[in-house]
Amino acid sequence: MKSAVITFPGSNCDRDMHVALNKFGFKNQMVWHNDNELPKSDLVVLPGGFSYGDYLRCGSMASKSKIMQSVIKFAKSGGLVMGICNGFQILVESGLVPGVLLRNKYLEFICKNVFVKIDNKDNPYFKNLDKEVFEFHIAHNEGNYFCTNDQLKEIEDNNQVAIYYCNDNGKTEEKFNPNGSLKNIAGIFNKKKNVLGMMPHPERMIDKSLSGEDGSLFFKNLINNIK
Amino acid sequence: MEVNEQIAIDHGLKKDEYKKICDLLKRVPNLTELGIFSAMWNEHCSYKSSRLHLKKLPTSGKKVIQGPGENAGVIDIEDGDAIVFKIESHNHPSFIEPYQGAATGVGGIMRDVFTMGARPIANLNSIHFGSSQHKKTKNLLRGVVHGIGGYGNCMGVPTIAGQTSFDSSYNGNILVNAMTLGLVKKNKIFYSKAAGLNKPVIYVGSKTGRDGIHGASMASASFDEKIEEKKPTVQVGDPFTEKLLLEACLELMAGDSIIAIQDMGAAGLTSSSIEMASKGNLGIELNLNKVPCRESKMTPYEIMLSESQERMLIVLENGKENIAKKIFDKWDLDFAIIGKTTNTRNIELYYDEKQVACIPINTLVENSPMYDRKWKKTKLPKKNLIKKEEFKKFKIKEVLNKILSNPNVCSKEWIWQQYDHTVMGDTIQKPGGDSGVVRVHGTDKAVAATVDSSAIYCWAHPLTGGKQVVCESWRNLISVGATPIAITNCLNFGSPEKEENMGEFVECVQGIGEACEYLKFPVVSGNVSFYNQTKEIGIKPTPSIGGVGLIKDYQQMITMDFKEINNLVLIIGKTEGHIDQSLFARNILNEKNGPPPEINLFNEKNNGETVLQLIKSNLVRSAHDVSIGGIITAVSKMCIKGNIGIEFDKPKYFMSEIEYLFSEDQGRYVIEIEPKNLKKVESILNKNSVHFDKFGKITDKNMIINGKTKVTIDELKAYNTNWLSNYMN
Repeated sequence: MKSAVITFPGSNCDRDMHVALNKFGFKNQMVWHNDNELPKSDLVVLPGGFSYGDYLRCGSMASKSKIMQSVIKFAKSGGLVMGICNGFQILVESGLVPGVLLRNKYLEFICKNVFVKIDNKDNPYFKNLDKEVFEFHIAHNEGNYFCTNDQLKEIEDNNQVAIYYCNDNGKTEEKFNPNGSLKNIAGIFNKKKNVLGMMPHPERMIDKSLSGEDGSLFFKNLINNIK
Repeated sequence: MEVNEQIAIDHGLKKDEYKKICDLLKRVPNLTELGIFSAMWNEHCSYKSSRLHLKKLPTSGKKVIQGPGENAGVIDIEDGDAIVFKIESHNHPSFIEPYQGAATGVGGIMRDVFTMGARPIANLNSIHFGSSQHKKTKNLLRGVVHGIGGYGNCMGVPTIAGQTSFDSSYNGNILVNAMTLGLVKKNKIFYSKAAGLNKPVIYVGSKTGRDGIHGASMASASFDEKIEEKKPTVQVGDPFTEKLLLEACLELMAGDSIIAIQDMGAAGLTSSSIEMASKGNLGIELNLNKVPCRESKMTPYEIMLSESQERMLIVLENGKENIAKKIFDKWDLDFAIIGKTTNTRNIELYYDEKQVACIPINTLVENSPMYDRKWKKTKLPKKNLIKKEEFKKFKIKEVLNKILSNPNVCSKEWIWQQYDHTVMGDTIQKPGGDSGVVRVHGTDKAVAATVDSSAIYCWAHPLTGGKQVVCESWRNLISVGATPIAITNCLNFGSPEKEENMGEFVECVQGIGEACEYLKFPVVSGNVSFYNQTKEIGIKPTPSIGGVGLIKDYQQMITMDFKEINNLVLIIGKTEGHIDQSLFARNILNEKNGPPPEINLFNEKNNGETVLQLIKSNLVRSAHDVSIGGIITAVSKMCIKGNIGIEFDKPKYFMSEIEYLFSEDQGRYVIEIEPKNLKKVESILNKNSVHFDKFGKITDKNMIINGKTKVTIDELKAYNTNWLSNYMN
């Protein structure tokens, strides 16, 4: 299985994602933002970081970079595109998934483990996962998901919410929401569910010596689903 | 403008220093030249008050590849790998403008590390604020934390450990010390020594602006009521550009184009160009019209003294200009050939085709002033006589609550949750432990790092305090299973022109030197920050020590959380009941006098090496050193982290429970072992003549003291975790 990770100026989780994808069997290739064409890939990943310093709205500059034309084309043709953290912000800014990501509710960067609930499994990312509550890691300043009421209705009608913040029992109450996201939303699909944007970093949880191993479950399952 | 004595004084030079400049040049300098002298001769750049004493520190050892004198120190971690590391202060700017001051401190230290060819793999910081009651403290703390996070998070380098303290002596001068570790191949280390004639001198990175002019001079003076006017001397950071600069430099360094490289830190283009030429015994010629400027009509004076961030100066091999330019173009960074190396041993500056400065480099470096300042020795204070009955009136649980929630002991999670501590995917011990630990990417090795200071002890008796900080750093490395290798130091003091402050400096340095020598724990880099003083009030002497150690197999790393019910807990090292200068004495008895706990270097080394031997023999399940707050504070934190309880009795010593549990004797550790290993552990401890107490047993969820006092884990957590977040919100 081939994957591609895009490096924008200011990306800083590109190497971590590269390491994780290779570890679980992908043949990953790094792609420079200024390239025109994507290499042939089964999965394209927009990694975390601070593309263009996030000096405008997070992700907005990157969403206009050269390679994004190809990424958007690839996504529209049904290719799998996953954006993590800053990658999620880029997806939102390019209009590949609905909504926006605002500054965290308490106006502070948050780096910690959180529990997330994944019960939406009719898609290539989460199909066959045999549990619902995962411990993932977040590290962001702008992860406060927001959209209009109309958008929310559409998102919910289409079953596009991918991941919710919750507690270790899977309760998705406001008190388990680390950043003020609407409805505890931590990740969102596009309508066709081939594009996934999420704030948590599964690539930081791929080894028992790190923050945990639930990321490994995610990647192992993902490659099996794509095969 | 004609230069005269008054202008020199306005530049922070002394009368006799100005006279010396005129004598060396055999003429009156012009304004640009005077600016260059003031930048090179200020305390921050010239170490004129400290040089004499720093020379006495041990700086070499089997593992030392590069000691002080370069951008950072370098140590060998085997297999062809090396760690580059340094700590630096950014105190003065952070007090004036906390966000930018702290951010650019972090940016500056990372640049020092990647200038040497190393990719930064971990950041640490030691930050000190005034009393929590002081009106400025909250905003300064928030600004500094946001600044450190803002820069480090964007760079994608994990912040893995740190230290935060509060003390009213920092009310008018906070301290922000930032430390970075980088990883490099031993045969790919880059230095700042220029070599060869007519080699192109290249400027890369951000454009030069008017920010930070005279930053280093500002950092070499005390504050007064006009500090707000100094805001323009604080640099403004751009971590995004630094991230690009990092990647571009490392890409260029993969080839063989670079002869020498130096970041433009304090005193900007002035010190970077002069240092490279000076180390290579060369001259340097710069055409200032070629320097990329952010603002129009910048004068030679401003260009030379700007401290705009994210800039580097490189001496290239001839003919490599195009290769280099292509890389910096790719990363959208400025690239300009601004001069060349010469054989004149002068720095010559040209602007609009006119020579605007010409100074022999040796006058700026070798002939810079050096002072043997007067200093006053601090006598060891007399011990306080505290009557045994005094201790009986305290209830342990109440005291424990006060100690665990003390601002200097309580959990700093509110701070480190704002730092990305897991990016790069190798952080195996997060902040909140004894040391932060990161794996050496793709290997079985890991590097541990800690930053420590004990201003109270240093203030009470600088010589003992200096030794103590080094020992604490050593213990924190051992507690995670790392073999200590070397340290970097950041020496924060008041005015060297005051005998008391200078005495604190001299004796702290002496103490640091003695401990480093004995423990074979050399100093490989560091910096000195004097004039941490507002009007007449100086800070408590605060040397920050950054220690680095190696864990050969990262699976053997130890954490402090208690692991398993029924395991045994031992206290390694002897408890003498030293209460003076302890948290208990100062905060509960309200007794601020007396000597700090004594340091016995023999015990320190023996206890530490023995604990390390136990860890390496897989006999230790968890470990933590005993520091401020004493045994019970250490044990409480192990319970909190492990979410598990302990039952213990005070061993039959001739001292009260309070003295046993809250005293701050040095050289002690708490370790958890499995009952089946007790014999083996005892025999190793006995063989090495290490004193230990069989202290207690791990239990379900309460701390039970002498079978009578019960504290639940939830109570311990409540005492320890809430203070800071409540204070900030």
